Amino acid sequence: MTTIAEMPAGFADKVLSAQSTFRSVMDAMARPGGVQRVAADVGTPAGMMRGAAAIALTLFDHDTPIWLDAAMSATPDVARWLKFHASAPVVADPSIASFALIGDAANLPALERFAFGSSEYPDRSTTLILQVDSLTRGPAFELKGPGIDGSAVLQAMIKPRDLFQRLAINEALFPRGIDVVLVHDDSIVAIPRTTRLIASGV
Amino acid sequence: MNAPTYNFAYLDEQTKRMIRRAILKAIAIPGYQVPFASREMPMPYGWGTGGVQVTAAILGPDDVLKVIDQGSDDTTNAISIRKFFGKTAGVATTTSTTDATVIQTRHRIPEASLHAGQVLVYQVPIPEPLRFLEPRETETRRMHALAEYGLMHVKLYEDIARFGHIATAYAYPVKVNARYVMDPSPTPKFDNPKMDNCAALQLFGAGREKRIYAIPPYTTVVSLDFEDHPFTRYRFNAPCALCGADDSYLDEIVTDDKGGRMFVCSDTDFCEQRQAAGHHGTESAAPHKEKAHV
Repeated sequence: MTTIAEMPAGFADKVLSAQSTFRSVMDAMARPGGVQRVAADVGTPAGMMRGAAAIALTLFDHDTPIWLDAAMSATPDVARWLKFHASAPVVADPSIASFALIGDAANLPALERFAFGSSEYPDRSTTLILQVDSLTRGPAFELKGPGIDGSAVLQAMIKPRDLFQRLAINEALFPRGIDVVLVHDDSIVAIPRTTRLIASGV
Repeated sequence: MNAPTYNFAYLDEQTKRMIRRAILKAIAIPGYQVPFASREMPMPYGWGTGGVQVTAAILGPDDVLKVIDQGSDDTTNAISIRKFFGKTAGVATTTSTTDATVIQTRHRIPEASLHAGQVLVYQVPIPEPLRFLEPRETETRRMHALAEYGLMHVKLYEDIARFGHIATAYAYPVKVNARYVMDPSPTPKFDNPKMDNCAALQLFGAGREKRIYAIPPYTTVVSLDFEDHPFTRYRFNAPCALCGADDSYLDEIVTDDKGGRMFVCSDTDFCEQRQAAGHHGTESAAPHKEKAHV
């Protein structure tokens, strides 16, 4: 059991680190499929990648219920770290979570378990933060949608392999839907609900 | 540098997080108005409190900020907002459209085309395009949910029935990504085509009405119209009196009480760049420049 003194640090500079991280996330969301880097210096609890930790400290607070998957909640470190640095409540029910942190993406629960928002308030949906194996190598995914000039190619090792097939429900549900941020180390790629898969190769 | 009593860029961190979350959802749902907990700002409503909050939430120390009011860098509103962020965030400011990374605007889109590294932040007075047709928020929200936009077409049709053409000249409604009808803020309809497939990210902030919405880069933005009454741009049929431009949006300036008037570019940076490059209109710009630098 960690004490406060052993707790990994948060941002070195709360204000400017949060700002630069937010701009990376905003650019990622505005240009889906493009890889952005999180430059901020941030401590990480066991099981959490730098990008995911920086996003957590940038966007989470007492207003945002957080859901952790089995990998993230295997030890109490992540929940304690989130509570100490962000005061974010960790909830057991993913359907009321603002954000879901997924450490073991291979066991990603069915997307229906998360919040899609309502037709009147589609913004009240869960944003998934998914740690993946690589955002530079692996199968190619050709994407299109708002934010993409023509088409964009993302090379990534993503578990579950059928993530984009599962995200196809965003097309039928729109404007309701799920927004995803993929994280590997300090690299991030956003897949907002408007992004569509054109083709996936090997 | 930073005034010691204020946080970087004025807003406290919790407020910035709340606005940042709203901006991300706004980008993910193009044209949808995300409610946010707008704060009271040290300026009156109508002076850009929504745009200022959006700018404060995204601005970093490396950004170069440009602020325009009706195309002009030199009006009270533009200067005071530029100084506000110069003081509270210590950011570099510019009047050049191409050099800026963040451009806050009141009711114009710059003439120079925007590039991928830029964010355009609009100040919005009334974000709901259906508000003058249906005053109840519960109803307009349902209309957006069902994409029930017939009323807007009826309004445009009534223009045609009364005036023979679509008489809406500013805040001309657009449809974003073939889904949400959106108010582009009271920009002249001349600017509407610039929003379509724009390389820059466009963010909209309405402070009094507590809404943030966005158009991601490279997104289709279509001005509503009819097959037999297609959307048209409008500009005064004259060249700019100072730089001779015949393709820019013009302001009409009354010069005497005998009907005398002249037309000049509304975008002051565009006009000055053209004059510096040797373009001339019928009037000399020299007195204008002297006055600007007193």
